Amino acid sequence: MMPTKKEWIKALKERHGTKLHHKISEATVAVCGLGGLGSNIATALSRAGVGKLILIDFDKVDITNIHRQQYKVRQIGMFKTDALQENLNEINPYIETEVHTTCLDENNAAGLLAGADIICEAFDNAEAKANLVNFVLEKMPDKYIVAASGMAGIGSGNEIKTRKISKKFYVCGDEKSDVTDEVGLIASRVMICAAHQAHTVLRILAKEFEV
Amino acid sequence: MEVTKSVASFFLCNSLEVKTVVKVNGKQQDIAGKSVAEYLISADYDIKRVAVELNGDILPKTKYEETILKNGDSAEVVSFVGGG
Repeated sequence: MMPTKKEWIKALKERHGTKLHHKISEATVAVCGLGGLGSNIATALSRAGVGKLILIDFDKVDITNIHRQQYKVRQIGMFKTDALQENLNEINPYIETEVHTTCLDENNAAGLLAGADIICEAFDNAEAKANLVNFVLEKMPDKYIVAASGMAGIGSGNEIKTRKISKKFYVCGDEKSDVTDEVGLIASRVMICAAHQAHTVLRILAKEFEV
Repeated sequence: MEVTKSVASFFLCNSLEVKTVVKVNGKQQDIAGKSVAEYLISADYDIKRVAVELNGDILPKTKYEETILKNGDSAEVVSFVGGG
């Protein structure tokens, strides 16, 4: 049975309090890359009641993604944008999503990210991560950027931390475990990092800026 | 002999006061006078994978070569590794 929007909001306010709910529900967050980090960040933010998500990825769901990303076997072959939008709408029928099935680059980034209050960097490639972070900090200084570096392997989950680098720049991860190391990406450790990112977003919205 | 020693220590004290120290990721390093690019290379960073904040502001990559680290500067170097 589908809850009404009124019922939905009432449930969120019961959990988060009216003040925090308003801060969260008025926000627009962009998630750049919808893999292990991005699909988990978007799932957490949808459940928390973020008003609008801008979801950006060029790739399709692959069988090798299912072990850590928020997709289902029946979605293999779909664009991640479409598959995630479908899943998020099932979780939160009142979330607004804007999807862009494209490769984010320096020519389209300013336009696609213009409406976001906070931008999550959730790519897998190290150079792409650095490029997006540098782009946002240089060209879009009014935005917050929450990036990730280092979540591969079977190392302790306690090594994953959030570090505040400057006023609007946060990095989550252990800042060292590279995906090229022997053990690749494992659902739980990637989810810890994604949860750090999602939690940092919610704390920024709650105006809790320290880590 | 004694005089020479005290002169030497006098100069040593002086040189300690004129520091050439830059704080990088919270650690004091004797690298003032180097360009940001020189420092990053000497510390084995891959320039394509970093973001550098200098005294709280992002330093554009196009300025790594021309920006000389000064005594008292504070830098944060974020080095990205793969995975997501």
